[in-house]
Amino acid sequence: MKCSRRDLLTTVCKAAVAAALPVAAFRFLSPAEVRAAVADPALRWGFLVDTEKCVGCGFCVKACKLENEIPYEAPVSRTWVERYIVTRDGQTHIDSPMAGQNGFTDPKVRDEVIDPSEITKAFFVPKLCNQCDNPACVQVCPVGATYQTKDGVVLVDRDWCIGCGYCIMACPYGVRFFHPVHKVAEKCNFCYHRISKGLKSACVEACPFGARQIGNLKDPEDPVTRIIMTQRVAVLKDEYGTKPQVFYIGLDRNVR
Amino acid sequence: MKNHVWRPLYVVLVVIALLLVARYFLVPSDFGVHGKNFTYGFHRAGNIMDWQAVSIKYQGRESCNECHPENVATNSSSKHGPIQCENCHGPALNHPENPEKLTIDTSRDLCLRCHGALPTPGSQRSRIKGISPDTHNPEIPCIDCHNPHKPDLEEMQ
Repeated sequence: MKCSRRDLLTTVCKAAVAAALPVAAFRFLSPAEVRAAVADPALRWGFLVDTEKCVGCGFCVKACKLENEIPYEAPVSRTWVERYIVTRDGQTHIDSPMAGQNGFTDPKVRDEVIDPSEITKAFFVPKLCNQCDNPACVQVCPVGATYQTKDGVVLVDRDWCIGCGYCIMACPYGVRFFHPVHKVAEKCNFCYHRISKGLKSACVEACPFGARQIGNLKDPEDPVTRIIMTQRVAVLKDEYGTKPQVFYIGLDRNVR
Repeated sequence: MKNHVWRPLYVVLVVIALLLVARYFLVPSDFGVHGKNFTYGFHRAGNIMDWQAVSIKYQGRESCNECHPENVATNSSSKHGPIQCENCHGPALNHPENPEKLTIDTSRDLCLRCHGALPTPGSQRSRIKGISPDTHNPEIPCIDCHNPHKPDLEEMQ
């Protein structure tokens, strides 16, 4: 094979350009650029639920559904309250009628009468979106319709969501649901319109007992951050590795 | 290379070009990596503003206090002080313009949210005075005897 100097140089140049192309294509994923994209590192919304204080009045669920325009009679909600009743035989009875939006007024659990003398403990657990640091629901979105904001809240783009439901299946906490009116995936976003205007989430505002609190986890002086740092708190389903940012005081092992 | 290789290849190239042109017009210009990384932050930047623009329905006690300071003061100093006005009076929305009058929930069910007796040992619920709705004056509205702004039993009407 004959190869002149000119041929060799052209081939080398071509090869260099060809080799550089894929690198250029992936450059927009480089860590430095990603770090630059994160603007305000001083804000990260977190939530604290004190299950010891919850009495199951359901005012939080009512406020949430009205504030966020979820049809009130639809059996879906961004937040809900669960009742746990543990009996002497070791069984756990759980219910959340209509997400607890009308409170818990009936001693019967799912039409089952439980003898009060058999109950060893009974309590209420409010639940909402955990705004995970590693949100599984965002990873599975095929169109980029759901995402995590810089302050840690996971939002759904209603104009971009195609309603495939992958995220609803991916959330280990069962937080997401299909919006009956907009026909897209819907979830709690800590009342993003309220917290970004300096107000508290509707459920926090509505709770008469202080069982729900919201704060900035990056601010060590924030009362919520202080409690999370200094007291014993737990998260739901830690083993999933989603790094949930809703912390619970007084969580029982029966809570799922 | 042979013609029969090039011709289908041209078709493929044209299809790719068409896809790129369609993508250019269909994908909004603010679509990109805006958050932590591509996995969690790939989205339309304008959507954050869409969410921030959602209207506020619950205006809070301070907003009530601007026009109804006596009622706020009475309730705040009572045992019902921690309960927000809008929990019973409903979300204020743009009151007093729209709606001009709020619909107050005066049902027994509203009071029973906290005062319905439940066997809940270990929960704060058992510390609240509770009644059994089937035996405690059934059918009579609670507010006929109890003043929700001053719920002390000594203050009973």
